[in-house]
Amino acid sequence: MAETVSVQLTVNGQRREGRCETRKLLVDFLREDLGLTGTHVGCEHGICGACTILLDGEAARSCIMLAVQGEGAELRKIEGLMENGKLHPLQEAFHEHHGLQCGFCTPGMLMTALDFLRVKPEPTEAEIREGISAVLCRCTGYQGIINAVKAAAPVMRGS
Amino acid sequence: MKPVAFAYHAPATVEDALALLTRYGGEAKLLAGGQSLMPLLNFRLSRPAALVDLNAIPSLAYIREKDGEVRFGAMTRQRTIEFSPLVRQRLPLLTEATALVGHLPIRTRGTIGGSLAHADPSAEYPAVLAALDGTVVVRSPRGERALQPSELFQSYLTTCLGPDEIIVEVRLPAMAAGAGFAFEEFSRRHGDFAIVGIATMLVGDGQHCATARLATAGAGPVPMRLRRAEEILERDGLSEAAVEAAARRAAELVEPDSDIHASAAYRRNLTRVLTGRALRRAKARMGDR
Repeated sequence: MAETVSVQLTVNGQRREGRCETRKLLVDFLREDLGLTGTHVGCEHGICGACTILLDGEAARSCIMLAVQGEGAELRKIEGLMENGKLHPLQEAFHEHHGLQCGFCTPGMLMTALDFLRVKPEPTEAEIREGISAVLCRCTGYQGIINAVKAAAPVMRGS
Repeated sequence: MKPVAFAYHAPATVEDALALLTRYGGEAKLLAGGQSLMPLLNFRLSRPAALVDLNAIPSLAYIREKDGEVRFGAMTRQRTIEFSPLVRQRLPLLTEATALVGHLPIRTRGTIGGSLAHADPSAEYPAVLAALDGTVVVRSPRGERALQPSELFQSYLTTCLGPDEIIVEVRLPAMAAGAGFAFEEFSRRHGDFAIVGIATMLVGDGQHCATARLATAGAGPVPMRLRRAEEILERDGLSEAAVEAAARRAAELVEPDSDIHASAAYRRNLTRVLTGRALRRAKARMGDR
């Protein structure tokens, strides 16, 4: 039996814990052990960005981090964006501007955009394109996503 | 795919990490930011008996200025470097290069020591280390030694580090006030590995050039200082003719290989084009700081 370890962390403001093998990827721990399947697993090698979460406030790929490395961390992920039954302004903008189609990349796209807009609250379109290039989308052709991030920026600056 | 089972250790000190490396006798891998190693583990291209995770060693993450150098703890995150006012002031070439390393979520985890130890020939940090004549400090149970880039980088993904050695610090000489600089690279998409990248620094008055630095990424198995191209600029100045001559010489000096991304001839031509662009941009920036 492979070595197992107990992992305690905070996800979307709630203390959670589980036990897993040391080789378990953080994204698999979140999905399989904690049941939080909102975060998707795409390429499993840090290229596609579907698994992006906020790790202590900063966007990171959860498929190229071990669950055991999340010990004590504060994670924010897609399930925590909506508050009191109300969509986050970024989610609202993706809805309004057709920033998604199949939805597979969306959890990673939203967390990436959230971090990006915190670092660059008043981005140019070129900067949005560069920021969003961290996540692959095979449906939209990106234009809707870019429009959504552009529309969300002033709303998020105000909030 | 998922990683093979391994023993996991997260020591709190470099000494404990060194003891673990010695204990596993070459069968352990050091885990820094994981942005290159974790994909290799997921694909089972790497199957270590043990991982020694350096992320729990706080003393390996710092940026400080000493003796005209900026010194980085090996576990300093690329994201920290990107937004460091000290780095922007003293090493603007590194700030510019950092923005080209993967994407922001990659830089959240990726580290300076990890990037250099991985020694990907297309990566930005090895080229900056070569261009700025930096030093890498490594520690083993036998003590510390300081390595120049030409010693550190041996071949594709291969350094001179022994199985019981850890990079603990990276030292980059602060750039002279007013030095021009540029990092130019070409890749298919932003954040992809560069097909070719060129790092340059120019010290002088905009016409004359006291010191020229040119280093490559992606144009051979290791980052390469283009000394004979630098000499053209130091001798002939920064006229358009000299810049073009240096760019042509750069293309003659490199020894690129062909792969799925680009042929050797294409990489050679890119070296000429990007060297010219980098030099022109660096020249225009001289005296700005």
